[in-house]
Amino acid sequence: MGRIKPKRVEMAKRPVEERIKSFDEVALGYTVDEAMKEAERCLICPKPTCVPACPVHIDIPAFIKKIQEGDFLAAVRIIKQDNPLPAVCGRVCPQEDQCEGSCVMGRKFDPISIGRLERFVADYEAKVGNVEVQPVRDRKPEKVAVVGSGPAGLVCASQLAQLGYDVTVFESLHEFGGVLVYGIPQFRLPKEIVKREVEYISKLGVKFVKNFFVGRTRTLEELMEEDGYDAVFLGTGAGLPRFQGIPGENLLGIYSANEFLTRINLMRAYQFPDYDTPIKVGDTVAVVGAGNVAMDAARSALRAGAKKVMILYRRTEKEMTARAEEAENAMEEGIEFHFLVNPVRYHGDEDGWVKEVEVIRMRLGEPDESGRRRPIPIEGSEFRILVDTVIVAIGQIPSPIIAQTTEGLKTHERWGTLIANEKTFATTKKGVFAGGDVVTGAATVILAAGAGKDAAKYIDYYLQNKEKPGIWEELTKAE
Amino acid sequence: MGYRILFKEEVGPGAYRMIIDAPHVAKNAKPGQFIVLRVHDRGERIPLTISKADKENGQITIIFQVVGKSTKHLSLLNENDELADFLGPLGMPSEIDNFGTVVLIGGGFGTAVLYPMVVAYKEAGNHVIVINGARNKDLLLLEKDLSNIADEYYVTTDDGSKGLKGFVTDMLKQLIDNGVKIDRVFAVGPVIMMANVAKLTKEHGIKTIVSLNPIMVDGTGMCGACRVEVAGKTKFACVDGPDFDAHEVNFDLLMKRLRMYRREEQISLQKFEKEIAQNG
Repeated sequence: MGRIKPKRVEMAKRPVEERIKSFDEVALGYTVDEAMKEAERCLICPKPTCVPACPVHIDIPAFIKKIQEGDFLAAVRIIKQDNPLPAVCGRVCPQEDQCEGSCVMGRKFDPISIGRLERFVADYEAKVGNVEVQPVRDRKPEKVAVVGSGPAGLVCASQLAQLGYDVTVFESLHEFGGVLVYGIPQFRLPKEIVKREVEYISKLGVKFVKNFFVGRTRTLEELMEEDGYDAVFLGTGAGLPRFQGIPGENLLGIYSANEFLTRINLMRAYQFPDYDTPIKVGDTVAVVGAGNVAMDAARSALRAGAKKVMILYRRTEKEMTARAEEAENAMEEGIEFHFLVNPVRYHGDEDGWVKEVEVIRMRLGEPDESGRRRPIPIEGSEFRILVDTVIVAIGQIPSPIIAQTTEGLKTHERWGTLIANEKTFATTKKGVFAGGDVVTGAATVILAAGAGKDAAKYIDYYLQNKEKPGIWEELTKAE
Repeated sequence: MGYRILFKEEVGPGAYRMIIDAPHVAKNAKPGQFIVLRVHDRGERIPLTISKADKENGQITIIFQVVGKSTKHLSLLNENDELADFLGPLGMPSEIDNFGTVVLIGGGFGTAVLYPMVVAYKEAGNHVIVINGARNKDLLLLEKDLSNIADEYYVTTDDGSKGLKGFVTDMLKQLIDNGVKIDRVFAVGPVIMMANVAKLTKEHGIKTIVSLNPIMVDGTGMCGACRVEVAGKTKFACVDGPDFDAHEVNFDLLMKRLRMYRREEQISLQKFEKEIAQNG
């Protein structure tokens, strides 16, 4: 220590030619030496700027200090006080916009690789098989239902369990993890890791129920009035895929990104026919959109056998919402990026299979409500691109089912997101809280995790003050 | 939670009825809804209509026909075996009311889906007319169950081996021509049959509902595999359906989309049959 080390320790990645042929994880993680060396770079700031930039406020200097001391298990314990999903978040968080983005080292040099260190200690703990669970001392009688086992639900459930509540997580699919298992591909987040983190949370005392679709299997009211749940957290995500609504969008071979990724990730269609679910990936694949989901879909298509994969995006590289690291990985792997083009129509053959996508060239106009420059079509600039498969990755909105089947649960008109207080996560229905993508629309794993964590705090407050007059008013009006 | 098979019987060539222990599904199941099951832990998710929900005993009856690998595998399971996954009830319940005279039409295997609707329409007080159609008399399903409930029960077979020789639409046309006042038609079966029923009833201005069976993955509104075109708009059959106004459905698109994985379905079935042969 003492001397500033400006350069971060790079993390090994699987070579391109090897990784495009397999779904094995691309980033290989630090070795012990690499982790120690990178941790050495941290200044352990007494007033850290990284912690406030973390949506779950992990005590970053404290855990890095433990790495410096060589006590990796102590490091992971510190992280888990605030985040039960370190192996997940260490892999998929956009650290460059959060902790690492506000690291003081980053002003002049490379920031500390906080995400890689988080991943390292989580993987180390799993490897030595010494996962420690803090016993809960103070058990409380109240029952809480957590709906959805994605990042928001998992974090909320683990926090509530640690506070002593009787928590049950309800999942409609046949595996736990939500978007972590159906959306994010194996090569970015191996499913075994999600399983591990779910196992850890169940060791905290959380009960997990799969194949249970709240809104249909049981309504929210039945859970609360008949099944005895005192509070509910809705972390149901944004699962309903959006389409552009252009002619030919229902031709065969046109997938929503959610369907494409669900077939590959959750159903393991890339191992067909050893797994029963098939997928159709032609030689030439076009992916519409340039967010993280689009990158995941494009890179999955390549691994599933496509010879040529194109990203079609209506704005430019600068406006892409994908993490820089993910776009870079995609480019390294040979994915073509076509900017300032937007599909206007699909053309098919007589059997109904998509053959061509007709796109129009765009230019950028004035900034829109998102602050990014609005794309404007250039009249008469249409042209066609030959394709075998199309994946539409232009966003997801929440499923309407729970709001439809629950009286008093209100949604925003535009995208059907649930109305919830920004601070307390209280919805328009008493006892029901909501956080993550179902409130914000599709965002990131860590923002959902942060919402789940903060919501747990207010669920606790609500359950301890349930009889207080005007409690719900207080929670829904809080600023 | 185990999803145990409590009862199994063959109800026609390659068609089976199973009763599954699934109290959590039975509790809220309504006519017109479906379940999604996986036979084993590498299995695909397949949607099947709920044929009967016994709330008291927590049991769900399904009827399925062997058409591919998953249904073949399912048909080989026996009482006391367990399914890997069983989710439901899914989809919008059917709109059941006392409309007056309702004609319920089942073609081929669609008859299995028809059965709970016949029960529900009858219970709602309708005069229920059932038309049960198949290629030949051996393929007619649920004859006893349907004829016991229906106020009027008709059979059509393509080859004339039983009932009227011809299609279900021929029988429906006869009823219309005979001046039967029909307030509503509910049809389920092969896409071409549903399309032809829709064409006929549209000419006569009879409100017609069809239950659609597109390919699904999750069945909860998450993937869009099951998209159908209704009145020119894209709908998800799993959350907006499976029932739709027959006069607005794009049947041509539905037919094409159902064929999307035909080759893979063959590969999967052949591989499975080879495995069965090898393992005796």
